[in-house]
Amino acid sequence: MAKATWRIAPQGDSCLMVEFGQKIDRETNLRARALAQYLVDHPLSGVVDVVPAFTSVAVHYRPEAFAEPAGTALPYERLAAHVEQVLQAGVERQAPEPRHVEIPVCYGGEFGPDLEEVARARKLAPDEVVAIHSQSPHIVYMLGFAPGFPYIAGLDERLAMPRRATPRLKIPLGTIAIAGGQSVVYTLETPGGWNLIGRTPLRVFTPETDPPCLLRPGDAVHFVPITLAQYKAQCDAGQDAAAERA
Amino acid sequence: MSVEVIRPGLLTTVQDLGRFGYQRFGVVAGGVMDNWAQRLANAAVGNDEREATLEITMQGPVLRFGEPALVAVCGADLAPRIGSVPFPQGRPVLVRAGAVLEFRAGEQGCRAYLAIRGGFRVPVVMGSRSTYIRAALGGLEGRALKKGDRLPVDAYAPGWYPELDRALDEAKTPFAAPRWSVGFTAVPASARRVRVVAGPQWDLFSQETRELFLGTEFGISVNSDRMGYRLTGAMLKLRRPAEMISEAVTFGTVQVPPDGNPIILMADRQTTGGYPKIAQVAAVDLPRLAQARPLERFAFELVTLAEAQQAYLARERELAKIRESIDFQRRQ
Repeated sequence: MAKATWRIAPQGDSCLMVEFGQKIDRETNLRARALAQYLVDHPLSGVVDVVPAFTSVAVHYRPEAFAEPAGTALPYERLAAHVEQVLQAGVERQAPEPRHVEIPVCYGGEFGPDLEEVARARKLAPDEVVAIHSQSPHIVYMLGFAPGFPYIAGLDERLAMPRRATPRLKIPLGTIAIAGGQSVVYTLETPGGWNLIGRTPLRVFTPETDPPCLLRPGDAVHFVPITLAQYKAQCDAGQDAAAERA
Repeated sequence: MSVEVIRPGLLTTVQDLGRFGYQRFGVVAGGVMDNWAQRLANAAVGNDEREATLEITMQGPVLRFGEPALVAVCGADLAPRIGSVPFPQGRPVLVRAGAVLEFRAGEQGCRAYLAIRGGFRVPVVMGSRSTYIRAALGGLEGRALKKGDRLPVDAYAPGWYPELDRALDEAKTPFAAPRWSVGFTAVPASARRVRVVAGPQWDLFSQETRELFLGTEFGISVNSDRMGYRLTGAMLKLRRPAEMISEAVTFGTVQVPPDGNPIILMADRQTTGGYPKIAQVAAVDLPRLAQARPLERFAFELVTLAEAQQAYLARERELAKIRESIDFQRRQ
């Protein structure tokens, strides 16, 4: 393994960025997640948010919390020195064990209108697309774009697809979509250019729970094919559970 | 006890300083657009700065106070009045039970903040009362106010500002207010420069493009909202197309999508983004932008990180002084 390096830089006066590399891969993402986890587990007063992404971690802070009375060092410099010290101690190598999360998916049909097109483009049968997608080892690299919206790496190369030329205006909640080397689950009804292959009956963003989402960075995700009848049964069960909570 | 919404105004939402601690789950931080005016309003009624206020956009609501209430309005001047009497801004105002406060469409600024002593007591969602309409989170049922809403507030307890309690008993007016003011316009209208520090991708832009960025007077497109301001005035081109890996963005990030028209990310920005970031607005100048109306023009001015952080700290000291002076006044 190459010697671990990082780059600390400001993003304006209230955010510090740590960058671990310029390429999206498991190792780089793992380091970003490990640092973010450490900073969440060892909170600093004045740090308001820690946001891991594919290859970086953002530390959002209130500058006044890092101001020196004498005022020689900038708040940014004091926070950067702390983060540097944490990294020197090697926390970026202490990746936690992943949680395993199963996501039932009803593939194709009205839920996955692009499944057949993906199959044609990749010279596969639709069933093969489902088999490959549901048997690949997926891992959540980051959440972003919308509340609880996961970017899930580990898409088999046989399913590599570009984004659609024209984005759809409205993608329903729970839709599973693929593009590039990744899968996503739509957690908010939004426009999007990914290829829609199925839908889960699970609620992926749940503001009433803490944390407010089913998936977290680092989770190992297993997509499990279900039938339309199973999809409907699980939707009903979900609504009953929600009604009970309310 | 509640405040009744007789007319909602153009876009009136409950906002506090934002929903922090959840951005790593993709949850938008949101919160007030102008945290200077909002904190002044909270300070004027002796609130902790984290209490929830109303953010009133461009055209104001009509609100009825069923019980006495201590309120303050700061930020944009939307010509508030109670009956035929102009409502004094930038100071604590004790209104009588049954008072109807009416805002209009003002000339100055874009967003007014109404603070009430004790804050608006809508439910806390993920540590914040801020309304995020797109995901229907927080605030009053996750949406803008509408006619007939009742905003929960604590009953007014006299004693924080005894002189106002006495004055309201004696006054014939529908409210009592001191003569002093904390100043309610966030920014003088003449100030038209917005300070920025270089963004993470500053070096990806050519010298020529950077000069264009700093030398252009940009206009705020009508297609702008709490999520972002789209700017028109100059097309900023990259030296070569950049393959950007999505990473965190923040309030005031100036990003450049492929069409070259920059976008400033505002309060309801997404947590992460994948466009090159040419600059970052200094936090002290975000209130100035928050008060700019669509089609207003301004130019960017490049400062160092040290200048931006020193200006930020100076602004915090100024607020602390204002709080002290309010405390001094009310104890007289």
